[in-house]
Amino acid sequence: MKTGMLKISPGFEEIMPPEYRELVDNGPYGKDYGIGDLGSYKELLEEHPLCAGCGLALSLRLTLASLPMPEDTVIVGSTGCSALAFPQVALHNIHSLFGNQNAVASGLKRALKLRFPEKEKDVVVIAGDGATADIGLDMVMQSWLRREKITTIMLDNEAYANTGGQESGMSMQGAVLNMAPTGKKFPKLSLPEIAHTCGCAYVAAASPAKPKQLAKVVRRAILVAREIGPTYVQLYSPCPTNYKFNPKETVSLIKQREKDGLYQSKEYISQEAQAFLESIEVKK
Amino acid sequence: MIDQKIVDPDYLLFEAPRTSEYITGSEAVREAIKRANVDMAIAYPITPQSESMHLVGDIYAQGYVKEYFRGENEFAVMSSVAGASMAGVRVFTATGGPGTMRAFEVFPTWAGARLPIVCAFMTRGINSPLTIQPDTIEMAYLLETGILMLHAENSQDLHDMLLMAFMVAEKTDVHIPVGVFADGFFVTHTRDKVNMLPEDCKLPSYDPYTSPVPVMDMENVPVRQMRDPFVMKSNFISYAAHASWQQEIDAAAERSRKYLNHYLGGLIDVEHEDADIFIVTSGTAVSQSREAIATAREEGINVGLVKIKSIRPFPGEEIRALASRSKGIIVPEFNRVGWLAKEICSVIDEPRKVVRGPRVFGGMTMPPELILAEIRRINQ
Repeated sequence: MKTGMLKISPGFEEIMPPEYRELVDNGPYGKDYGIGDLGSYKELLEEHPLCAGCGLALSLRLTLASLPMPEDTVIVGSTGCSALAFPQVALHNIHSLFGNQNAVASGLKRALKLRFPEKEKDVVVIAGDGATADIGLDMVMQSWLRREKITTIMLDNEAYANTGGQESGMSMQGAVLNMAPTGKKFPKLSLPEIAHTCGCAYVAAASPAKPKQLAKVVRRAILVAREIGPTYVQLYSPCPTNYKFNPKETVSLIKQREKDGLYQSKEYISQEAQAFLESIEVKK
Repeated sequence: MIDQKIVDPDYLLFEAPRTSEYITGSEAVREAIKRANVDMAIAYPITPQSESMHLVGDIYAQGYVKEYFRGENEFAVMSSVAGASMAGVRVFTATGGPGTMRAFEVFPTWAGARLPIVCAFMTRGINSPLTIQPDTIEMAYLLETGILMLHAENSQDLHDMLLMAFMVAEKTDVHIPVGVFADGFFVTHTRDKVNMLPEDCKLPSYDPYTSPVPVMDMENVPVRQMRDPFVMKSNFISYAAHASWQQEIDAAAERSRKYLNHYLGGLIDVEHEDADIFIVTSGTAVSQSREAIATAREEGINVGLVKIKSIRPFPGEEIRALASRSKGIIVPEFNRVGWLAKEICSVIDEPRKVVRGPRVFGGMTMPPELILAEIRRINQ
C-alpha cells in the first residue's frame, strides 16, 4: 500500500463515514500490531453479522489481528458463514465461488508477483471446512502440490453452518447433523497430515481458546509462505448455532475437547521453514 | 525472443504490413498471443484445444508471456485466471467442449466481477456418448453468461479476433470477458493462409487502474467493499443492488458495439446485399455456405450471405433490416439445437421466413449440397 493511499481528499473529511475515518486515523496498516494491541486501534473487521458466540468470528478476528503486514495482504475467501463477514473486512478480499478459493489465490499470487516483483504481497486464503476439505479439496491440495506461495487457513466449525448445519468431512464421526440423520459414518479428515504430506512448509492446528498460540501460528504461516512455500493453518472454531450449545461456552467447549483428547494443537515445520523461522524469530 | 515494440492497436491491426503464412488455427493462436502482450496464461489439456495452449507454453518459454502453468481442471483454471485478472494482469486461456462445461460455474462470475479475460473456445461436442468431434453446442450454453462472444470463420479471423478481443475487453466502459470461438478441428487442425503481423510489434500493456472496479492489490481504494453488505439480505436495497449490477453488465456489452464495429468493421459481413434469399450463419458454416451460394448463383438464384462475427452482442438490428426485404433466411449450423436460428428468429419480424437448418452434428462436415437444397426449395 502506497503511503497516504487511504488519505481522505481535502473537503471530504466530514462526509466520509466515521468507521472509514477511524481506519485512516487509527487503523493497523503499516503498524506492527498484534493481538495484544486489540482494543487500542481500529480493527480490520467492522461489526460483522455472525451469530453470538460464533467460534469462526472469533478466529477470524484474531487472525486479522495477527496479519504481519495487513497493508499488503489480499484475502481470498469462499462461500459460507465467513463470506458474510468479509465484505466488512478492510482489506482487499475476494469471494469468487464455493470451493475455488485456492485456485483463485494461485492466479492472484502469481499475478501480484509479476506486478510487484520487489514487494511482498501476502495472499491468504481464509475459508470454512466445507470449502476447504470437501468441495474445494482438490484445488486446496493442488495448490500445495504446485508449491504456491500462499497461506491456507481453515475456519473449522465442523459443519456446513451457513446452509443450516449439514455434515462436512470435518465433522466428528457419529455427529448427528442434517444430511447425517443417523450420525456421521466416517472420521474427521486429518487435513494437517495431508497438508504435511502434500509439501506444505508449515502446518499448524490451533484454536481461539489460546489466542497467543493462534496469533503465533498465523504469523508464522504467512511469513513462511512468503519465503518458502505453501502453508496451512486449521483453526477449530465451534458453532453454537448448529451444534446447539450455549454461545457463552464456545471457548470452554474447545478446552473440554482438548482435555478429552478429541482436539489437539499441532505444528509441522519443514527443515527449511525451521531455519527461516529461527533466523527471524531470534532477530526479534 | 525477438525484441518487440509497443504499437498503437489500430496501426497493428489495420496498417502494419502483413506477410502470408500457411499455418494451422492453433498456430494462429500462438501468433496472436505472441503479439498481444499477455502477462499470464494458464493451460489445461482438452482436445481439440490442447495444441493451442502447448504453443502458448512455447512462447512463454521464449519469453513472450511472463507467467504460465498447467492447472488441475477447467473449473480451477478459469478460477485461477479470474484471480490473475483481479490482481491486474492481462491473462489468456483456452478450452472447449466438455472443458467448457466443467468450468461453467466460473464464466458468469468473470462478467460479474468485470474481468477483461480473453478465452479461446475451440468448440467440440459434449458427452455423452463420448465425442471429441467438432460441434458448436457449447455456444448455446454460453449465450447468457455475460461473456462477449466472437465467432471465427477461419484461422485469420481467430488470429485477428484474439488481438481485438483484448482491446475491447479492456475498455473501461466495457471491461467484461471476451470469448473467441473457433470450430474445433475444422479451424484448429487445418492449415490455411493467414496474413500475419510483424513479429517485432505488440499491443500496449494493460493498465489495471483503468478498471471500473477496484484491483485486488491493496494499492487502490476502497479497501472495504461495503458498509452494509447485501449478500443474503432480504431487503429491497439488496435486491436492487444485485439487479442493477446485472443490468450494468448487459449495458457494458451494449457499449462494446462501438468498439467491435470499429475493429471488426461491423458485427456482420454481407455478400450480395441485394439478394432475395440470405444464408445467415457463423463460424465454418460460413465457408460451407459460400460454396453453396456460388453454385446457386450460377443457377441464377439471387442468394446472399450474412456472416455473423459477433454473437454477443448480437447484431439484431442489422439482421432484422436484411430479413425484412428477403424472401427467406437459411441458418446452417454445426449443432443439434439450432441456437443461432433461435437467436435470429428472436430479432426479426417474420420468424416464419427462417429455415432452421440444415444442421449437422456429432462431428459431421456440412455438405454444401444440403445448403443448396434449401436454397433451391425456397427459390421455388
